Amino acid sequence: MMGAAQDLSGDNIRSLDGQVQEIKSDVLSIASELNTLEERLLYPSHTQVALFVSIAPHDEFRLDAVQLEINGELATHHIYSFKELDALQNGGVQKIYTGNLITGDHQLQVTMIGKLKSGKDFNESGSFVFTKGIEPKALGITLAGPGFGSDGIKIGDW
Amino acid sequence: MLRTSNLATSLLLVLFAAAPVRADEPKDLYFGEALYYAHQGQYFEALERLDTEVWQHDQIDEPELDSLYVHIDDAEFSLGDFELRYRMHHRAGRAIKAVLEGAVDEVIRNDAAYRLARIHFQKQQMEDALLALDRIDGEVPHGIRDDIEFLRANVYLAEGKQLESVEVLKRLQGSDEYGGFAAYNLGIAYLQNGQKTAAMQQLDRAGQIKTDDPGELAIRDKSNLVLGTILLEDGEFERSLPPLDRVRLDGPFSNQALLSAGWASMAAEDFERAVVPWSILADREVTDSATQEALLALPYAYGKLNIHGRAAIHYGRALDSFGAEINKLDTSIDSIREGNFLEALIREEIRQNKDWVIRLRNLPEAPETYYLMELLASHDFQTGLQNYLDLADLRRKLLTWNGGFDAFDEMVEIREGHYAPLLPDIDEKFRKLDSRMRLRAEQHKMLVKRRDDLLTTPRPEFLATPEEQAVLARIEVLEEQIATSGTTSSEPAQQRLQRLKGILAYTLYTEYHARLTEFDKNVRSLDQAMAMVQDEYDEYVRNRQAVTHSFVGYDKPMRRLRAEVLKSVEKIDQLMARQGHLLEALAIDELVARRDHLENYGDKARFALADSYDRATQAQARLGESP
Repeated sequence: MMGAAQDLSGDNIRSLDGQVQEIKSDVLSIASELNTLEERLLYPSHTQVALFVSIAPHDEFRLDAVQLEINGELATHHIYSFKELDALQNGGVQKIYTGNLITGDHQLQVTMIGKLKSGKDFNESGSFVFTKGIEPKALGITLAGPGFGSDGIKIGDW
Repeated sequence: MLRTSNLATSLLLVLFAAAPVRADEPKDLYFGEALYYAHQGQYFEALERLDTEVWQHDQIDEPELDSLYVHIDDAEFSLGDFELRYRMHHRAGRAIKAVLEGAVDEVIRNDAAYRLARIHFQKQQMEDALLALDRIDGEVPHGIRDDIEFLRANVYLAEGKQLESVEVLKRLQGSDEYGGFAAYNLGIAYLQNGQKTAAMQQLDRAGQIKTDDPGELAIRDKSNLVLGTILLEDGEFERSLPPLDRVRLDGPFSNQALLSAGWASMAAEDFERAVVPWSILADREVTDSATQEALLALPYAYGKLNIHGRAAIHYGRALDSFGAEINKLDTSIDSIREGNFLEALIREEIRQNKDWVIRLRNLPEAPETYYLMELLASHDFQTGLQNYLDLADLRRKLLTWNGGFDAFDEMVEIREGHYAPLLPDIDEKFRKLDSRMRLRAEQHKMLVKRRDDLLTTPRPEFLATPEEQAVLARIEVLEEQIATSGTTSSEPAQQRLQRLKGILAYTLYTEYHARLTEFDKNVRSLDQAMAMVQDEYDEYVRNRQAVTHSFVGYDKPMRRLRAEVLKSVEKIDQLMARQGHLLEALAIDELVARRDHLENYGDKARFALADSYDRATQAQARLGESP
C-alpha cells in the first residue's frame, strides 16, 4: 500500500510541482502588470510621491510606530509588528506612503515612537521641506534612535 | 533507517535562511522594499517587486545612472534566492545560472554555485549537484564553507560514492554547525561502504558527543538508536543495550529505543528486564506505532514470565485500545474523504502556529494527525502540501484582484464621464490661446534677435521713439517735395530740414546707449514673462495629458488582465483539486495501512488473550488441585 502511495507522491507530485511553478510565474506577471496599471491610475507620475522608511544600520532601538504628516495633514500612521521591525533592522525598506501632491514645496513632519535597549520610551519628531517636481518623487526617511542628535530622523532623495 | 538525504534536505533548508544582503549596505529603495517583504517571509511580494525593478533597470539606456546599478549582481542573486524560497526551482535555477555565467565577484559566484548545487540536490539531480559544486573555486563566503562541504558529503552519499563522502565528513568532524550531524553521517557512510566495524565505532562516538543543542541531541539519540538496532539485528543483545539506554527518554527516538531495548532483553531471555521499557512505552501516546507494538509485547513478556493473568489483562487492554484506534482511524479516513483535511490545512489560524500540524487534531472534524506525522514530514508530501498552500494563497490573491476590477472600471468611467464633456470646449479655447501664444513667441524671438543685432551693429534709428519716427518720416516727405519742385526759393526750407534732421540724429546718437540699455531691460523682462507663460503652457499640456491618461488606455489591459485572472483561478482550481486529491490519497493510504496494521495486531491480541486465559485458568486449576 505504501509503495503505491510513494509512486503517487513521487511522480504525480513532481509533475504537479512543475505546473504549480508555472502558475506562480503567471500570477507574478499578472501582479506586476496590475500594480503598474494601478499605480498609473491612482498615482500619475507627475503628482506621485512615495515615502520610504528604513532604519539606520546597527541601530538597535525598538521602533514601535511612525506617523507622517504632509502639509499639516495626517498622511499615514504605522504600528510595527515584530516581523516588520526585524525586516527593517535587516536592511529592508518599507514603502510607507504613496500619494499625490502638486509641484512645489511641501512640509513633511515625521514622528517616531519607540523604546531604547534600556526599556525607556522615546518619542522624536523632525520637520522637513521637500520639493515636488514634475517627476515622481521618492523620498527615503532613515530613522535612528536617540543619541544621533538632530540626525535621528534624516530624509533623502532617491 | 538511513534517511540521510531527507535529513540533509531538512538541515539545508534551515541553514539557507541567511540574508543575502547585509543591513549596512547602501541599496536601491525598491530593492530594499523587496528585502522588507523577503525578511518577513513574503516571497511572492518580494519577487513581484524585485522582478519589476530588475526588468526596469534592464530597459533603461544608461543603467549606470540607475540606483540599482551598483547592486545589480546582488539583486539578481536575491531574485534567485527568493525564487528558491518560493519553491520556484526552475526559475531559481535559471537566475542563479545567470549569476554564475555573469562577470561577478568570485565570492558571489561561489555562493551562487552552492545554491545551484542545493537546488539540484533537492531535486535529486545528484550529478548536476556535483557539477555545480565543482564550479566552486577560489574564495568562498566564510558563512557557508561547512554548508558546502556537508552538501558535498551528502551528494556523494546519495551517489553511492561513500569513500569520497567519508573523506569530506572526516574533515567536518570539528565543525561547530555540523559536528553532530557529520559524526552520524560518517557512521552511515562507513556502513554503506561495508565498513561495519568502523561504522559502529563511529556511531558509538556520535552517540556520546557532548552537546546541549536540541538538533545535535536528536542526532546523538539517532546514532545510539541505529547502533543499538545494528547490534540487536546482529544478535549482540547485551551490547545493544548500552547505546539504546543512552537515548533520552524525552527525545524523538525514545519510543523506538524503548521498544528495541525490550526486544534485546527478550532475545537475551531476560523477560523481567524487558517488562521495564515496555511498561513505560505502553503508557505513552497510543497512536505511535512503537507504543502499539509495546501494547502487544508487554503481555507477551508477562506470558514468558508465566504471569498469564496479568498477560490476559494487558492483552484485553491492547484489544480495547486497538479497537478504539481503529474507530478513530475510520473516522479520520471518512473525515479526509469529506474534505475536512484540506479545509483544515488551509485555515490561516492553524498555519500561523509553528506547531500547526499538531494543532490540526484540535479542530473539530479534522483527521487524527498523529498518525500522519511521518507522512507529513516526508519530502514529497511537504512539497505537495506547500504547493497546495501556495495555490490557496494565489487563489485568494487573484480573487481579491478580481474584485478590484469593477472598482477600477467604475473609477475610469466616472473620470471619463466628468472630463470627456469638458474637453472639447477646453481644447477649443486652448487652440486659440495656443495660436496667440505662438504669435507672441515669434514676436519675442524677433525682439531678441534685434537686440542681439544692435549689440554687434549699432543702428540708432532702430531705437527712435514713435514721435521721432513720425518726424523723420515727415522730413523725408518734405525733402522729396522740395526736390521734385526744383525751385531755388526752397533752399532755406531745405536748410531747416537739415537742421531738424541733425537735431534728431544728435538725440538718437547721444541717447543710443541709454535707449539700448532700456530696450535690453525690457526684452529681459519679456523673457521672464515668456518663461512664465511657457511654464504655464507646459503645465497645462501635462495636466491635459494626465486627464487623458486618467481614463484612456485602461480598457484593453484591464479586460485582458481580468481574463487572465479568471483563467488563472480556473487553472488553480484544477491544480488544487489534483494536488488536494493526491494529498488526501496519500493521507488515506497511510491511515489505511495503519488500520490494517492495527487489525493484524488485534487478531494477534485476540488469540493471545484466549491463550492467556486458558493458561491462567489451567494454572488456577493446578493451584486448586495442589494440596
